[in-house]
Amino acid sequence: MAFISPALLLLLAMSVFPLLWALYLSFTDYSATRGGPAHFIGFGNYTAILASAQVHQRALTTLIYVVGAVTLQTVLGFAIAYLISRRTHGRGLLTTLFLVPMMLSPVVVGLFWRFMLDAQFGVINSMLGSLGLGQVEWLTRQRTALISLIVVDTWQWTPFIMLIALAGLTAVPKYLYEAASIDRASEWFRFRTITLPLVWPLLLIAVLFRAIEAFRLFDLVYILTNGGPGVSTETLSFHVYKVAFLGFNTGTASAYGILMVLVVIVLTQIYLRYLNKLKEG
Amino acid sequence: MAVSVDEAVSAGPVRDQTRPTRRLGGRGRSVLEIALLTVLAVVMLFPVLWMIETSIKENRDVYAVPAEFFGFTVTMEHFKDVFVAPGGGRSALSVAFLNSAVVAGVSTVLATVLGVPAAWAYSRFAVKARKDQLFFILSTRFMPPVVVVIPIFLMYRQVGLIDSKLGLILIYTAYNLPFTIWMMKGFVDEVPAEYEDAAMLDGYTRLQAFRRHTLPLLVPGIAATAVFALIFSWNEFVFAIFLTSSDSVRTAPPAIAGLIGGTTTDWGLVAAASVVFALPVLVFAYLVRKHLIAGVTLGAVRR
Repeated sequence: MAFISPALLLLLAMSVFPLLWALYLSFTDYSATRGGPAHFIGFGNYTAILASAQVHQRALTTLIYVVGAVTLQTVLGFAIAYLISRRTHGRGLLTTLFLVPMMLSPVVVGLFWRFMLDAQFGVINSMLGSLGLGQVEWLTRQRTALISLIVVDTWQWTPFIMLIALAGLTAVPKYLYEAASIDRASEWFRFRTITLPLVWPLLLIAVLFRAIEAFRLFDLVYILTNGGPGVSTETLSFHVYKVAFLGFNTGTASAYGILMVLVVIVLTQIYLRYLNKLKEG
Repeated sequence: MAVSVDEAVSAGPVRDQTRPTRRLGGRGRSVLEIALLTVLAVVMLFPVLWMIETSIKENRDVYAVPAEFFGFTVTMEHFKDVFVAPGGGRSALSVAFLNSAVVAGVSTVLATVLGVPAAWAYSRFAVKARKDQLFFILSTRFMPPVVVVIPIFLMYRQVGLIDSKLGLILIYTAYNLPFTIWMMKGFVDEVPAEYEDAAMLDGYTRLQAFRRHTLPLLVPGIAATAVFALIFSWNEFVFAIFLTSSDSVRTAPPAIAGLIGGTTTDWGLVAAASVVFALPVLVFAYLVRKHLIAGVTLGAVRR
């Protein structure tokens, strides 16, 4: 098909071919700096990665980050959408204002929060100080650093959930609520039996989308904490980068990457399946 | 069923007058909800306001402890530093902004030129395994960039595309293509195929029919899609930082990120550069606010 093939060819060249190359490298001991020929080592890279305690720790960090951030975003985003949907005036203005963080580059977001969370002259600690509260080392303590990362990601992506939840909420037919109020149904009952079931399918799409994005996340970690302190905020993405571009173990990094791609493919399949269901339903 | 920000505004004020009388305590609750929304809005917007404030503060005010919210001296020095080098002439940052504009612009045009015909074909013709193809196309966009960049880096090193604008343009085109196809397919679906069929009965070829009848109706959709592609490329960081290194090629995101990392960071300059960088994005995003849901879900969700 003359209209489709140029697009498909570019995708094959820039997405599929590189992944196949990575797949090949993942079975070798190739190093991008050492040069020299690549030796075939079978599943050596894969077994090394799957058995590595370091990788397990990064997987746990990633899991905490993904679950923490996506849960917070969903709860907050849905709550804001619900509050906005109950307003009759100024909805457009409110929605527009709430959407600003989402449109910013992760670089800008990361840099700016890094400045605001600075332990000495950051505005957050300054505000805590004027409230008479203690200072927090947001980005330089192991536990708080991961929490900071979750908070910043939540700040940026709550609007995403809000936007989609709002679309779902405004699409709920008014007559359902009217029928319910004739029946003198309680507010909670209406929320549970009308609002939630109707909005949930769309919300699930948003949640899955965010989960995939959060799993892939690299730039925010790179800017905000650079994986530190220690390795406390190193996600899988960030670890792959270190293995590939600081350790130059290209073969190992490729195997690592292929394993991540497998996870993404599974998540994407679930996402696409729900998307398909939503479109047909 | 198209829900947009605009539509969210247009709900009539009728309900507002009836609610307080219908339910006791309605007004109190309403006040509480408005208060809650206001607090949330302030929390969400504060970092942006703080960034703008920092960009117009003098350095001693930027590092003031406790932080100064009001009553500082306004200066435009940081914005001057973004564009003018200390010794006069153009700054490295301004070159980076220009590179960003070129890379984002050209890759958007390419993605549109490749993506629109493909979207039209997927919408109009009985393509074999259409759904599988479309899902495959979308899933290429979900690949972790850090993983993709490893083989791309090796590939570019082989063919001499490392540290070149062309290399970035190619990868950004591939990155925006899935989005363009999905988003545009939605727009093409909305234009009845009968228009083209009727034109073909009048003796036009399929392509002529598309050009004369469908394309003019698609222009707003193409514009919105291109604006999103522009924003995505403009904001992109991972490919940019790994595939480019020299000042003459580097785009704005890695250049701005490069402002930190030394022994001292000029946060006023970082803030000003961020404001200059983010402003066009916000303006463009405002222009396409009607299509925001489709845009941010890569064209997958449109209701």
